[in-house]
Amino acid sequence: MKDEAKDIDNKVRDLENSVINPSQVKGWGIDADPKNDPTYPMKKRNNGEHAGYSWERPPQQPIDIEVLHSNERPNVSATFGTSVPPSGLSGVIRREAFNFSENSYGHWLPLMLADRINMVEGIVSDLARGHVPNIFGEMGWKADWKHDRANLVTKVVIGAALGTAVFALLRNRRKSRRTENYF
Amino acid sequence: MLAMNYRGPRRVRIDHKPDPEILHPEDAVVRVTRSCICGSDLHLYNGSVPDTRVGMTFGHEVCGIVEEVGQDVEKLKVGDHVLVPFNIACGRCVFCQQELYGNCHESNSQATAVGGIYGYSHTAGGYDGGQAEYVRVPYANVGPTIIPEGMHPDDAVMLTDVVPTGYQAAEMGGIQPGDTVVVFGAGPVGIMAARCAWLFGAGRVIVIDHVEYRLEFVKNYAPAEVYNYKELDDVVVFLKQTTDWMGADVVIDAVGAEATGRAMQTLLGKKLHMVGGAATALHWAINSVKKGGIVSIVGVYGPIDTLVPIGNVVNKGLTIRGNQASVKRLLPRLIEHVQNGVLDPKALITHRIPLEEVSEAYKMFSAKLDNCIKPVLIPPSARV
Ligand SMILES: NC(=O)c1ccc[n+]([C@@H]2O[C@H](COP(=O)([O-])OP(=O)(O)OC[C@H]3O[C@@H](n4cnc5c(N)ncnc54)[C@H](O)[C@@H]3O)[C@@H](O)[C@H]2O)c1
Ligand SMILES: [Zn+2]
Ligand SMILES: [Zn+2]
Repeated sequence: MKDEAKDIDNKVRDLENSVINPSQVKGWGIDADPKNDPTYPMKKRNNGEHAGYSWERPPQQPIDIEVLHSNERPNVSATFGTSVPPSGLSGVIRREAFNFSENSYGHWLPLMLADRINMVEGIVSDLARGHVPNIFGEMGWKADWKHDRANLVTKVVIGAALGTAVFALLRNRRKSRRTENYF
Repeated sequence: MLAMNYRGPRRVRIDHKPDPEILHPEDAVVRVTRSCICGSDLHLYNGSVPDTRVGMTFGHEVCGIVEEVGQDVEKLKVGDHVLVPFNIACGRCVFCQQELYGNCHESNSQATAVGGIYGYSHTAGGYDGGQAEYVRVPYANVGPTIIPEGMHPDDAVMLTDVVPTGYQAAEMGGIQPGDTVVVFGAGPVGIMAARCAWLFGAGRVIVIDHVEYRLEFVKNYAPAEVYNYKELDDVVVFLKQTTDWMGADVVIDAVGAEATGRAMQTLLGKKLHMVGGAATALHWAINSVKKGGIVSIVGVYGPIDTLVPIGNVVNKGLTIRGNQASVKRLLPRLIEHVQNGVLDPKALITHRIPLEEVSEAYKMFSAKLDNCIKPVLIPPSARV
């Protein structure tokens, strides 16, 4: 209800807002200083953007895969990448995310979530192809072994110690539970 | 073809993928002879950039040989040796017309806040990158530049990103003759920024990092005064002190989202991914620049909120400038500098690694093993 009222207010305001001719505004341009350009020399100013989305667009790359596009632009860019079209559960989440603008957490946080889910999908699809991913290899352990052996060994030892401790703890708990059951 | 394949945070491997094809009349396909790993790739590698999809090939610093061209490509022919700027730019949109080639509006659908970049997540366009044997190069009349006769391919590949980014970092600093310039980060970009600060007339160049071998390198290469922030009680107080309590005239952030040095920033930015990266270096930059000074940011951050002391920016009257480097705009000048021996970018390359060993290469660069500064991946066909 409230939103609707706001909408109507804005529509009324749009009708009231007439186009303003700058040169009829008192004092217009009297202190203009074109040299005061903080983007110099990075930007070759031509003020083309004042004319809006008006350039002659490059030919459109045929859109024959699913391309998500930001709702802060009206179209798909003339070229786009075709690396990994959205698919699976991560794809569903990504499509949802693109209902929200780049200005919104609703856009970025689901995309991060989708990335994490996508990682699991990646392992599943590897296995489905009969490929068991060599996770340590992918993490570059060979480089650790060659150039940072002490650190790698420490990590492995700590990992093993932690693993053993957890295993021992679980076994003890299971044992004591079993004991409880007996009595 | 062989191509790097992202599998999830800190997991990458070499794989077989279909060769890229011409998908647009202005495309080219380039056979890669060199492709670097960049500090920017570490944001992807660490899983910090939203919409980094499993299966993507990274790599935005590429040179190689034109293998195939689309029907509307006039400026290149098969067999040309080219270096490929990391920005994908159409050359026609209003931003490209203004030479903001890092901000093209016709190369990335997924986000309006960044132009297309090779191999840089779907947020930057979803293009497969060049850490592979072949790469698709859109708008081939615009970006790719023929490598001048006699230029070493290692210099050429450094001109696709590191040299222009370091140069633009200094340029955005608006350095005036005699200025004291502080550079945070002694990675390839920071090293090049420190080197280029002199070209704009700096009076003093100071570099801050915590990796000793990198500080040692930049000390001689730039040259620069270098300090390890871990050995300083408070880096900001130190920088005030050494500038007669004024603060530096210009401070450059060449670190970005993977910064170390402040526990809270690391927790929120790197562990929980709740903000757009650890903004430690930017925080220090804002606090160590003088009143009315300029902070130039080339360090890359994520698209969401980043924690910086913005109140100090207002109260100190600072100017903040940042961008993705506009590689094409800067190339003519920088090619000249390399050809005249003013800049020697290939000196930064410490490791030449077979493409097949991409997993180890990423580990080495990200963990800073074996005194790595800049690694370049070389596909089998370019090794003969
Ligand atoms: N804007 C652009 O066009 C552009 C282009 C290329 C790279 N980049 C960005 O520039 C940054 C640097 O790239 P690189 O290839 O040199 O990366 P790198 O990772 O090799 O170097 C970063 C350096 O910063 C140091 N560091 C970490 N925390 C620090 C701190 N608090 N203070 C000082 N130093 C600190 C690290 O030890 C490391 O040496 C990255 O964020 C990258 O994404 C931007
Ligand atoms: Zn780069
Ligand atoms: Zn453009």
